Amino acid sequence: MQVDWFTVSAQALNFVILVWLMKRFLYTPILNAIDARERRVAGELADAAARQAEAGQARAEFERKNAEFDQQRAALMTQAAEEAGAERRRLLEEARQAADQASARRQAQLRNDARALDQAIRRETQREVYAIARKVLSDLAGASLEARAADVFVRRVRALDGPAKEGVAETIRTASAPVLVRSAFELPAEQRAAIQAALDETLHTGTPVRFEAAPEVVSGIELVVDGHKVAWSIAGYLASIEQRVGDLLAETTPEHAGGARAVLPGAPVAG
Amino acid sequence: MRLSPDELIFWQYGFVTLNATIVFTWGLMLLLTLGSMLITRRLSAELTRSRWQNLLEIVVMAIVQQIEDIGLPHPEKYLGFLGTLFLFIATASLCTVIPGFEPPTGSLSTTAALALCVLVAVPWYGIADQGVGGYLESYVEPTVVMLPFNVISELSRTLALAVRLFGNMMSGAMIIGILLTITPFIFPIVMTALGLLTGMVQAYIFSVLAAVYIAAAIRTRPVAPAPAPGA
Repeated sequence: MQVDWFTVSAQALNFVILVWLMKRFLYTPILNAIDARERRVAGELADAAARQAEAGQARAEFERKNAEFDQQRAALMTQAAEEAGAERRRLLEEARQAADQASARRQAQLRNDARALDQAIRRETQREVYAIARKVLSDLAGASLEARAADVFVRRVRALDGPAKEGVAETIRTASAPVLVRSAFELPAEQRAAIQAALDETLHTGTPVRFEAAPEVVSGIELVVDGHKVAWSIAGYLASIEQRVGDLLAETTPEHAGGARAVLPGAPVAG
Repeated sequence: MRLSPDELIFWQYGFVTLNATIVFTWGLMLLLTLGSMLITRRLSAELTRSRWQNLLEIVVMAIVQQIEDIGLPHPEKYLGFLGTLFLFIATASLCTVIPGFEPPTGSLSTTAALALCVLVAVPWYGIADQGVGGYLESYVEPTVVMLPFNVISELSRTLALAVRLFGNMMSGAMIIGILLTITPFIFPIVMTALGLLTGMVQAYIFSVLAAVYIAAAIRTRPVAPAPAPGA
């Protein structure tokens, strides 16, 4: 076994050539490919990182906008709820006022109706009462009652004094028409004479007296001359009572307008 | 029986001989170069690539990683030399499964040539890294007294490289040859498989040793030598 130096040098040369060939056809292309791929991967990673950062920003922006939108929506909802509440209160208030007004109108209407009914009932009652009284008194009236009325009339004439007496006398003296004495029934002669005498004694006029029967007087005697009247008659009483009761009713009715319940038939005035 | 493929001479003219070592080396060179050309002709820089490109990338990156692990900065600079050493020896070992093939690394001429290449490459890279003066200074470190020992170690390791690889490859071939004469069945296959393993180991050892020598040559003046822990 020995070393062949030609072979050694040939092999060394072969090896050097092989080194160059390997560099040329193996290492350089492979390393270049690997480097290119690594650059590409790094670029893609950087790109992905950039995209991720961008997505993060977009997401943050979206979340911020979302939060803003939520706030705005909540604010709008609160505002709408407040407005709705205010509107509801306003409508309720309006409805209450309208109801109050309607109720007040209705109460007023009821009061008016009740008052009108009350007055009508009173008037009717009053009229009936007086009609009954007039009927009763006219049924009861007779010649004897008339005689008593003539006596009372004579007494009343004689009892005249002062300004009344002077006024009546003056009126009779200056009257154009004769003095008219009206009674419900035809007076007897002696009563006519007594009345004539009393007028003459009291008033000293001497004026002739005309006697007249008037059934509407009911019972009593009236002396009528030029609008003046000296009378004692039930009709006069009735008329004056009716007048006073009517005045009283007119005065007292407003007092009972305070409540609908008070304005009912059977009010104290009618009793 | 032949101990070396050098002894199989195809053609001779004077001292120029065309023996089996040179011819099989050319064959290996053709195989490696054509294979590389075929695969790297359509390299893909995309994320998807062919399985052959994957294989080459794995091999190349493994070599680069080994060089880096040994401590050589910028491994691409040494990839051409060290990678080719490994690939050549490994391919020669792998091709022993082909009947009739005799590995050129089984010839002392080839291993001596490779060791000489390492002998040249070490100062080459050392000078390229730190200049002529800087490289020569490494021979007189730590003292001038060490100069002859450094020179002897430089030569002796070259001899050791050559003989180690030759001995392993030749022994493998010889064992197979001897076993074939004794038991022609089964055993030669087992020994061939074992030879594949030892061949790969030898390729690895040769390349790593060359890398270590180069690393020693370019690291003679570390900037701040850290004290070894527990030293």
